[in-house]
Order: sequence, then C-alpha cells, then structure tokens
Amino acid sequence: MTNANRLTIAEARDALRAGDLTSVELTDACLGAIDAAGALNAFVHHTPDMARDMARAADARIKAGDAAPMTGIPVGIKDVFCVRGVPSQAGSRILQGFTPEYESTVTQNLWSAGAVMLGKLNQDEFAMGSTNESSCYGPAVNPWRGADGAQLTPGGSSGGSAAAVAADLCLGATGTDTGGSIRQPAAFTGTVGLKPTYGRVSRWGVIAYASSLDQAGPMTRTVRDAAIMLGAMASSDPMDSTCADLPVPDFEAALTGDIRGKRIGIPREYRVDGMPDAIDALWREGAQMLRDAGAEIVDISLPHTKYALPAYYVIAPAEASSNLARYDGVRYGHRATLGAGDGITQMYESTRAQGFGPEVQRRVMIGTYVLSAGFYDAYYNRARRVRALIKRDFDQAFAAGIDSILAPATPSAAFPLGSGDKGDPVQMYLNDVFTVTLNLAGLPGIAVPVGQDAQGLPLGLQLIGRPFEEGDLLNQAQVLEAAAGFVAKPDRWW
Amino acid sequence: MSITEDQARKVAHLARIAVDDAALPALARDLSGILHFMDQLNEVDVEGIEPMTGVTPMRLKRREDVVTSGGMADKILSNAPDAREGFFAVPKVVE
Repeated sequence: MTNANRLTIAEARDALRAGDLTSVELTDACLGAIDAAGALNAFVHHTPDMARDMARAADARIKAGDAAPMTGIPVGIKDVFCVRGVPSQAGSRILQGFTPEYESTVTQNLWSAGAVMLGKLNQDEFAMGSTNESSCYGPAVNPWRGADGAQLTPGGSSGGSAAAVAADLCLGATGTDTGGSIRQPAAFTGTVGLKPTYGRVSRWGVIAYASSLDQAGPMTRTVRDAAIMLGAMASSDPMDSTCADLPVPDFEAALTGDIRGKRIGIPREYRVDGMPDAIDALWREGAQMLRDAGAEIVDISLPHTKYALPAYYVIAPAEASSNLARYDGVRYGHRATLGAGDGITQMYESTRAQGFGPEVQRRVMIGTYVLSAGFYDAYYNRARRVRALIKRDFDQAFAAGIDSILAPATPSAAFPLGSGDKGDPVQMYLNDVFTVTLNLAGLPGIAVPVGQDAQGLPLGLQLIGRPFEEGDLLNQAQVLEAAAGFVAKPDRWW
Repeated sequence: MSITEDQARKVAHLARIAVDDAALPALARDLSGILHFMDQLNEVDVEGIEPMTGVTPMRLKRREDVVTSGGMADKILSNAPDAREGFFAVPKVVE
C-alpha cells in the first residue's frame, strides 16, 4: 500500500486487521515522511528504532487476534509528555538532557493499546504560547502556506502535533490544552483537536504548566479518529488525584450521526470587535449545517466571557510560577556554570535566567507577583472568583437545556511566523479569546475544520460540550465535519 | 497598576530569575501592560462568590497512608547535573 501514512486511524485499523497492511509497513511510511519533512521542524526527537520494535510487536499482536483499536497505529507525542528513556523537555532549554525514568499515564495507555511511538513533537516552551515560536527548538512550520508563499505558524502550543498530523507524518498525535493549545493549532492546520473534560485524561507524567487547567487530548485528521484515540488515552488513574473515577465509554460508538433535537447555543458575547468577515460567515454557515441536520440553534448569553482572558492570565501564570519553581538546576536539566564564590542563590537565578525563554520568564514573574503578599487577594483570589462566575454562565446555559455551544475556534486563520510578537504580549494573548473560557470551566471542546479563507487557509469552528459527555460532543462534531466536507490538503512544498 | 523598576527587580528576585539592570525598564513596562490588562477584573461584581478551587465537584481521593514506592535513589539521581555519593550536590548553603 503506497502512502499508507495518509490513512486515517480508522482506515489503517481496518486495513491492519484485514491483513492488507502491516504496522511495520505503515510505520516505515511515516518514518519516511518524517525524514522528508525536516523543513516543518515538527518532530524534534526521533525514535525510529523504538517505532520499528513496537510495530513488529503490534503485528504479532494483530496476528494473534488480540488487537485493540490503536494497535499498530503510529503516533507522535508532544514533547511535554514524559516517555521513559526519550528526551522530554517540554520545548525548554532548562530540561536539556532530561530523559525520564518513568512514563506518563497517557503514553503508557497508548503503548498498552499497541500504538507505535514515532518521536517527540515540537511545542511552545512549557506550552506557553500560541505560535510555537517560544520553543527552544525553533518554531514548527505550518504545512499550509499563504498566497504569497510566506511561512505560517501552525499555532501553539501543540504546533508540532498539528503540523505533523496535517502533513501526514503520523496518523494522530497527542496534544495538551491549557488555554486553547490543542484547538487553536488544529484550526490553523485543518485538523481535528479535542480537549477533553478536565479529569477525563490523567496528567501524571505530563510536564505541568497550570495544573487546574491542563488537559491532554488527541489531534487527528477526522472526528472518528479523535474518538478512537481519546478512548485509548483516557483512564482513571491513582497517580493523578484530579483524574475522574469514571468508566471510559466507547466514544466511537457514540458517532450515530443523529443530532435531531439537540439544542446548540450561539453565545452572543463571542461576536467580538474586529472579527474577520470570513470567521463570522463560517460561524453562521456552521450553525446552518447543524440546523439542517435537525438541531435547534438557540441564541444564548455567557455574560462573563469578556473576563475570561484576564482571569486566565492571572490564574495560569500563578500556577505556572509554582509548578516551574522545581527547575532550579539541582535535580534535572540545565545548571548554569558558576563563578568562583557563587552561592546557591546565584545558581538558581542564573540557571533559570539561562534556561527559561522570555515568555516563560514573563509568566513566572507575573505569577510570582499576583501571588505575592499584598496582591494575592486583589489579583489571584479575584480571578478565581471571576472564574467561578464564568463556570456559572456555562452551568446555567446547560441547566436551561443547551446540549452544546458553537463558536469560532480562533479569531483569524494562521498568520506568518514572526508577525505575532510585535513586543506586546497582551496582543498575543488575544489569540486565546475563544478557547480559554472552557479551560476555566473544565469543559470539553473540539475544533473541526469547516472552511477556508480567501487565501485558501483552513478555518475551524469549535463545539463546547457538557462535562464528561465527549461522546455526544464528538457525535455533533462529526455531523458538522460531514456537512462541511472539508477535504483540502496543503500543497506539498517541504 | 504600574510596576516600577524597583518592584520589577524585587519580583525577579522572588522568582529566582537573574535580570540585568539594563533589562529592568523593559521588564517593568511588560509587566505593567499585563497587569493593566488584568485590571478589567475589577469591573466584575464578585460579592458573595467563593474563589473557585476545582472544576469538578469531587472529593479529593484518599488512600491508606502507607509507603507505595521507593528504593530507587539511582533513578532519581540519574538526571542530576551533579550527584555524589547518593546525594544531589549543590554549592555550599551554610557557612
């Protein structure tokens, strides 16, 4: 089978089981595609030997009739996941040389299901960023290009994952989403990205950014693939006390294609100033597609939406400043070379100044400030109270009978690398305007490619679901995906 | 809320990040811009609203208070920049 790397997970699973394809062949096709795609800078640590060993084991398992849905499927892993014996540095110089002695629960679940590890994927440093430009490896590049041939950002922080899935380097990839880091890059690359409900997927072994917001999820080419991959990633976990003790349902079985009678909300507060016409039109078309499929479209209000971004940029840096305190040059990663007479404080300060990039330093310092004596109540506690109100907005909408919420995924299509950071961090934070609200509320959300802008760049819409009802959300997303019929692929230039 | 250079120096030290004096004005400007953006939160009436601690209404899991893991000092030290005789090594802390 030629170009097996272009198959969806569902197609590959069926071909593997039918004996039309082996995992070794499929894995070699992906490894070849990765080798030819250095210009995308998506894979930053390559594990071809591990991949071939795992593929051979998967083929044996399939032959023995013991195949799980992900058995033999080659995937890429965002650098933020600890994989035993493989460099795992969350895109940061401060974790240079760190090779974990243990395995994250998500990757362990994938390997137990028989998935094949292709390597580690590029990301913004510690998942802080919306363009992949804060990575210590340099940015991943979007396989889509602008009309003028400019190199575009794949989004962030899971930009390497999105680029790899869009360019057919792997069949699926893991991502993490703290404020939109799965959904925004998915929208920028014409792929599907699912942020599950907080607690659906274990955070054990996922290098922490903001613990009350971080959630891992699948990035795939189709909604069905997201359902399959989420099923393999999710589990309860005694190692993560915030991971829910709930059974993992068969998400793929929820894809019935029937959404008749579903009430889908359109939040009026998401109609922000300066939203491009193409995004506004896409949103209206998406609502019409769902209406045509039998859903009822309802105008709703989420009155505290406007305050989600400032609340997020208090809470996330506060948690980050605590989580990143562990990078002190003592236990792992980089340690600064010390001058004669330098004490331990100089060691900490120099190590962190050298190891953290500018955006991470900024967020650690903001977090330190809002948690410091005298400001804790004014900033941190106030932000947490606003967060409670944002969650209450959603609770009230769901209590009024809304099944899900349709919104844009991003305020624009992908933009050129280097254009985002004009020295104003706040401008960059506005990228997250449609995505952060549901991290604050802990809700599941999925970005689905629905259309293209005038330049031919992909545009995505986002569906937001009820807590722990990812199956229902995926079903609605698949109806939207089918109605939109997005089949465009980037022209291969790399 | 604006941040002075002195406050920027103090917050950098609290965060244990070395910042050159020459970089302090730009840092103070950046931090002030971000804090100004956060000041929008003052528009919200939060009277009677409890600060949110978790998104799912669940009781934190409990388990027996017993040793479940250990005896792996070599693994724990394997990534240390400097480890000696089974310990992490750091510059002298106490004179």
